[in-house]
Order: sequence, then structure tokens, then C-alpha cells
Amino acid sequence: MSDLLIARSLFGTTMAFHIIFATIGVGLPLMILAAELIYQKTKDQDYVVMAKRWTKAFAVLLGVGIPTGTIAGVQLSLLWPGFMEVIGRVMPLPFQIEIYAFFIEALFMSIYVYAAERIAPWMRIASLVLVAIGALSSAVLITNVHAFQGTPAGFRYEDGKFLDIDPWAAFFNPSFFVTAGHVALSAYVVGAFVVASVASFKMMKNKIGSRVYLFHQKALVLSLVVGGIFAFLTALNGHESAQYLHKYQPEKLAAAEGLFETQSHAPLAIGGFTDPETKEIKGAIEIPWALSFLAGNSFDTVVVGLNDYPEELWPPLFIHTLFNGMVFIGSALIMVPLLVFAWRKFLKKAHYPKLMLWGLVTTGPLAIIAIECGWIFACTGRQPWVIYHILSTAESATTATNLGTLFISFIIVYMILGLSVVLVLLYFFRKNTELDDIERAEKKSIPLFSSNS
Amino acid sequence: MADALIAITVLWGFVFIYAVMATMDFGAGFWSMVYINREKTKATNIANRYLSPTWEVTNTFIVALVVAVYSLFPSAANILGTILLIPGSLILLLLALRSAFLVFSNIATEYKKPLTYISGIAGIIIPGLLISVLPITHGHYVDFADGTVNLNLNKLFSSPNEYAFIGFAITSTLFLSSLLLADYSKASNEMEAYRVYLRDGKILGPISLIMALLIMITLKNEVGWLYTKMMEDLPLLLISVGFFLIIGFGLYAPNPFQKGERGMPRLAVIAVTIQYLIASYVYGKAHLPYIIYPNVTIESAFTDPNSFRAVFITYIVGFAILFPGFIYFWSLFMNDKRYLRQKGNQ
Ligand code: HDD
Ligand code: HEM
Ligand code: HEM
Repeated sequence: MSDLLIARSLFGTTMAFHIIFATIGVGLPLMILAAELIYQKTKDQDYVVMAKRWTKAFAVLLGVGIPTGTIAGVQLSLLWPGFMEVIGRVMPLPFQIEIYAFFIEALFMSIYVYAAERIAPWMRIASLVLVAIGALSSAVLITNVHAFQGTPAGFRYEDGKFLDIDPWAAFFNPSFFVTAGHVALSAYVVGAFVVASVASFKMMKNKIGSRVYLFHQKALVLSLVVGGIFAFLTALNGHESAQYLHKYQPEKLAAAEGLFETQSHAPLAIGGFTDPETKEIKGAIEIPWALSFLAGNSFDTVVVGLNDYPEELWPPLFIHTLFNGMVFIGSALIMVPLLVFAWRKFLKKAHYPKLMLWGLVTTGPLAIIAIECGWIFACTGRQPWVIYHILSTAESATTATNLGTLFISFIIVYMILGLSVVLVLLYFFRKNTELDDIERAEKKSIPLFSSNS
Repeated sequence: MADALIAITVLWGFVFIYAVMATMDFGAGFWSMVYINREKTKATNIANRYLSPTWEVTNTFIVALVVAVYSLFPSAANILGTILLIPGSLILLLLALRSAFLVFSNIATEYKKPLTYISGIAGIIIPGLLISVLPITHGHYVDFADGTVNLNLNKLFSSPNEYAFIGFAITSTLFLSSLLLADYSKASNEMEAYRVYLRDGKILGPISLIMALLIMITLKNEVGWLYTKMMEDLPLLLISVGFFLIIGFGLYAPNPFQKGERGMPRLAVIAVTIQYLIASYVYGKAHLPYIIYPNVTIESAFTDPNSFRAVFITYIVGFAILFPGFIYFWSLFMNDKRYLRQKGNQ
């Protein structure tokens, strides 16, 4: 492997690992907040117990999300010093403002967890709202840097110099709102379906109609409602993201769809593999005219094909599969809640059959796979550029060599963290069962939150 | 020039705040490991009670620091990023293990001991590596050759100056944190823990003073320019040493407000903070105008003026918004008797 390839793999691994915890870290607070609010309305203790247990899981995940995020932030400067020099000069605001979002999240997360019993209920809700806002803002702001990489703005670039710098214009670069919206909405999808997975798994393991079963059934219904709504919004917004690619990064869309000839009435290819030798897509189901319509809301839209670009500027062609994976999962996650509700409301079935529960268990992991596909598609599909048509990845990379040992060390540490976080979660929730928490909630005298936090 | 000076002052401020908070943080983690088998004194509980709500906030400062470097001095960040690849990655790896196992140790109570050992040991190495950034910026271990820069690790790790810095970082981490924890345990009415930390402070104070002197001596031999410029502020350095007497008074003197108890830890904590403030002011001033000697100065590395103005405004707005949050946080965890004097295992 060349040093550049190792640097790319190292950074990609860091991001792929961080994103799991970061996305759940954005999504879960919304679920906790929903449960707290339902409790305030219904006074059903089960929802407090849910909020408490999810908070606990959230606190554990933070133990990995924060250090891996710190790695991501510092590694940007260590591996891509050329890139960060440009970002520092032209686009410093998102990172700068993000720090405040981190502070808000960190301060109020500690307050929510360690001072829960000492503050008024409204203050507890307010802290939680601030945690959710902090997490959401960090996601939106960091995504803004990524948006800038795709649609750079706010400067004039001449002879390798950055002139007429306007940091706010860079901040409000063309794809900011669409991209940040997509990341935020999809994070809520992930948060909801991760909860749905756990709830349906627990329902399978407990007797139908038992106390614990009913507890998880409430969680499942809540998560499917939230998840379904946000999956639908994500797809709508994803459509808009694709149109932005058509407008701003046409070669990325062409590679995502395996399109070589520039044409109107372009077909949408689903599945299959792109063959660079014969310049065609193999084994795909093609829907005539659909791509043109997707890209510009009209069949006459001319979609640019890869042949218009020299081959060395093509993004890697496997991003077609990543794009398909994301869209396929996104569509499935809209259907799943609809099917479950149809089953319950129209077919009037009282129980969830085992097969359906197994299906529901897969939704959380699928949502995470969609996130990974989406990001690798977005970042790798930008290659060979780190800032689109301005700065190449190779130019921005560190000049240091022998990165192999570092790569291996980071992988080992991620494996240790990944394994131990799973073990810690399993250990904790086995030792503190739902029943323990429900009992604690019923006996008012025992503090629910800090009793074991 | 004025803007660049403001920018480096902001950066220096971040370094100072992070240095104080991080020494408390890493030190508390280490003490919580050291006293884990002495349940009766509650010394470990006190350390954890401080650590649990604060480590996240402290960690955010290190991110703020890195962001401040590249948004205020982008081209310095480019060179620093390149030369700090190895030490920086080591810090990140240790930091990841440390933070994660710190959180895990509070959740998986049966495995508390091994988890605390990992996070305590990882945590005490980090300050030594972090402080190495300073000697690296002195420039003597950096090879500038036709357009590329390189950190000469052999040269770095064969320098007495580097070891003086490392020794100073570790001893003063332990020193400052034991003072803070002494104060914290006194406020929590845990007198046994208080005596333990007061004793640690008495031992570590003189050691870290010696380490500081060792830095000056080795600096004189190795980094003449910096030493000479620091010596121009000799009066301030002497005042800084003078604060040591106040710290000593705070540690040894009988408490005038409380019969039979020795020590006024709050006085010692305040005095030590002022002392470090003065010393780091002298160091920072002497370091100017270089960020990395002799090739990178604050002016050559300064960002675009428009960007600077925008960033500076976000600093002001951001801190105005965050300040009440910090005050509320402080009142809940540093100043609330119900939190400090809780029973149970937190
Ligand atoms: C739960 C996760 C999830 C789901 C269900 C979807 N997406 Fe997505 N998608 C992401 C999660 C995601 C992401 C990980 O958050 C990305 C990566 C970069 C970004 O901005 O968002 C992304 C990027 C992304 C991009 C590329 C933006 C770029 O390269 O700049 C497009 C065109 C779409 N998405 C389109 C869609 C469509 C049409 C979907 C239809 C259902 C869809 N996404 C569902
Ligand atoms: C919004 C936040 C993100 C930013 C600012 C960002 C930025 C970058 C940068 C600067 C690079 C290195 C240069 C390059 O290869 O273009 C990169 C590469 C990469 N990133 Fe992202 N990234 C972000 C999120 C993610 C996420 C969440 C993933 C998760 C999988 C990811 C996956 C990758 C991969 C796999 C690479 C290597 C790509 C390659 O070189 O082929 N990124 N990203
Ligand atoms: C879109 C992708 C990303 C999302 C949604 C995201 C979100 C988050 C969230 C919510 C946190 C808080 C911790 C948690 O809840 O787990 C976090 C932590 C962090 N993230 Fe990410 N992040 C993303 C990508 C990145 C990238 C590319 C960087 C690098 C520049 C980064 C840097 C950080 C840092 C430094 C922290 C630690 C903050 C602290 O010390 O408190 N993140 N991220």
C-alpha cells in the first residue's frame, strides 16, 4: 500500500467507526426526549424507565463517541495538513461553532445524568433538550465542512492562492442545508430503529403479554412511529441530494448510476456492477427514463455521463453499489413501519409473529449500514478531490511516511473499544433488568437515575 | 500585527485553561487508581466524584485548542500537523483508551479495578506527551529540508530538556490535582481523604519545583534564545517562585478558621494557579514571535483577516452563550453541598 492509500484507509476507518457512535449519539437523545414528554403527558412510569435506560446506554456510547470524535478532529490535521490549512483559512466557522455545541452537549449531559435528582423536572427536560440540540448542531456543523468539500464557495482561487475570502459565504455554501438536513434526518432514523431492534429482540425473549413484553412493546411502537416518519423525510431529502449532485458534482452521480453516455431520458440502474472496460453496467435492472426524472423532475433532463471526463478524474465505480444499498435500505425502512401498522390496524392481529419480530430486529443494523454506505459513497465518490475541483487528496496528504504501524495501532484500539463497549452494555443491562428499574420507579423513595449511574 | 497578537493571546489562553483542567483531570484519574484499595479513606470516591461530570468538558477543551490552532494560524497548523503525526497519534490512542475505560469503570462495577488501572496509567502518560509539543516548537528537533519538514525523534528523545519537560508535566499533574482534591474533599467533609491528598501535595510540591528548575537549566544549554528571553523577565519568574511560599503556607500552616486542622487548600489552589499563570506568561512571551522556531512566526502563519474577524466574533458570542452554562455547572458540581457530601458509592 502506498502512504496515501494508508492515510486514506486510516482516516476512513476512523470515520466509519466514529460515525456509528456519533449517529446514535444524535438519534438517541430525540428518543429519550420523546419518552420523557410522553411520560409528562400520560404519567406512565414505563416511559421514565425507558428514558433512564436509554440515557444509560447513551452515556456508555459517549465513552466511545467522544474519544473517537477527538481522534477524527485531530487526525484531520495530522493526516491532511494541506486540507486543514485551507479549511483554517477559508472555512473555520463550522469547526469553531461546533466547539460550542460540544460544550453544550457535554455540560448538560453531565447535568442530566449526575444532577437528575437535584434539579426540578422542567430543568431536567430543559437539559435534555439542550443535549439534543447540542448533538444535532455538532452533526449539522461538521457536515457543513463535508458540504463545503463538495460545493466549495466563499473565495476566489487563482494560481494556488485563496483570494477574496468570505467565511460566511463559505459557511452557507450551496449544499449546506440539503446535506446537513440529510445527515440530521438519517441520524434520527438510526436512533429510532436501533431502539426498535432492541425492543423487538426483547419481545421475542419474553412471554407474550408479560410485564417486560408490554414494556418493550411500548418502546417498539414509539420507535416505529418516529422511525417511519423520519425515514420518509430522509428519502424526500435524499432525492434532493441526488439533484444537487446532478447540478454540482455530475461525475459523482454518473458513477453512482454507472452512466457513461451523456443523454436525456437516462435510465436508472438498480443493482449490477459497472464495468470500466466495456463502459456499461452489467446485471442491473434498468428503469427507462427514471434517472432523468430523478435528476431534474423531467424526462428531458440531460444527465452527464462519465465519458465526458478523463478517466483519471472518475470516482471509483463501486460507489454504485453503495448508493444502491443506501436507497434500498431507505425504502425498506419506510415500508416496515407501514407494514407493521397495517398488520395491527387493518388485519386486526394482536400479536407480532416471530418472523415479523426477527425482521424488526434487523432494522437497526440495516439503518447503520445505510449510514456507512451513504458516507463512504459521499467521501469516496468525491475522489480524487478533497475539495472538489480545487484541491486533490494527494496534494493535501501528510508528507510523513511509514504510516503502516499507526494504521495497525488504531485498528487494534478500535477493536478493543468496540468489543468492550458491547460487553459493558450487555453486562450492565443484564445486571439491571427492566423489572429492577420498573420496581425502582414504583417505589418513589429510591432515586431512579443516580441509583446506579 | 495587532490582530496576530490578539490571536496568539487567545491561543495562549486556551493552552493555559486546558493545561490546568487537564492536570486536574488526568491527576484525579491517577489518584483514583492509587487509592482504589483503601476504601476507608474515600480518596478514590472523591476523585471519581470530581471526575465523572467533568472529563467530557475537559476533553472538549483539547478539541477547542486544536481548532483554534488551524483557524488562527493555518500554515503553522500544516507544519505542526506534519511533525506531530507520531506524538499526536500516540496521544490520541492513549486518550481513547483512557476516556473509554474511565466511563466503563463506572458502569461495569465488578470490573472496576482493572478498568481503573488501564485508564489511570494511560492518563498519567498523556501529560508527558502533550507537553512535548513545547520542546518540539523550539525547533531544534525539526529538520526543514527543501520544502518538507520532519521531526527528528532520535534527537528529541536524546535531549535532557525533553525529559525535564516530561518530568515536570507528570509531577505537576500530580501536584495540582492533589491540591484540588484536597480542597474538594475538605468541601465534601471527607477529612480522611483530605489528609491523604494534603500529604501528597506536600511531597509533590517541592519535586515539581525542582523539575521546573531542571527545565530552566537544560533550556540554558539547549535553547539559548528562549532562555535568554525568559531571563529578561526574571522579576516575574521570581514572583512566581514566591507564590510557592504561599502554597507552602496553604499546605503547612494551621487553619485559622478551623481548630486542630492544618492547611488551607483553597488558598493553595488559588496560589498555584496564579503561579502557573505567571510562569506560562513569561514562557509564552519569550516564545514570541515564533510559533515554530525559527521558520514559523505568528505573522507568517496568521490567517486571512476576514476569517479572523469572523472567528473572533464567534468566540465572543459563543462564550457569552456558554458562560451561564459553565456557572450553572460549577454550582451543581463544585459548590453544591448535596452533591459534595452525598453518601453511597459515587
Ligand atoms: C439512515 C441512513 C440513510 C438513508 C435511509 C438514506 N440516506 Fe442518503 N445518505 C446518508 C444516509 C441515509 C448519509 C450517511 O447521512 C449521507 C452521507 C453524506 C451525506 O450528506 O449524507 C447520505 C448521502 C446521500 C447522497 C450523497 C450526497 C453527496 O454525495 O454529497 C445522496 C444523493 C443520497 N444520500 C440520497 C438518498 C436517497 C435518494 C435515499 C432514499 C431513500 C437515501 N439517501 C436514504
Ligand atoms: C462530515 C464529516 C466528514 C468530513 C468533513 C470528511 C472529510 C474527509 C476528508 C478530509 C477525507 C480525506 C481526503 C479524501 O479522501 O477526500 C475523507 C475521506 C474519507 N472519509 Fe470522510 N469525512 C466526513 C465524514 C465521513 C464519514 C461519516 C465516513 C464514514 C464512513 C467517511 C468516510 C470516509 C472514507 C472511507 C474516506 C476515504 C475515502 C477515500 O480516500 O477513498 N467520512 N473524508
Ligand atoms: C456527520 C458525521 C458526524 C456526526 C453526525 C458527528 C456527531 C458527533 C456527536 C453527536 C458527538 C458527541 C459525542 C457522541 O454523542 O457520540 C461527536 C463527537 C465528536 N466528533 Fe463527531 N460527528 C461527525 C463527524 C465528525 C468528524 C468528521 C469530525 C472531525 C473533524 C468529528 C469530530 C468530533 C469530535 C472532536 C468529537 C468530540 C467532542 C468532545 O470532545 O466533546 N466528528 N460527533
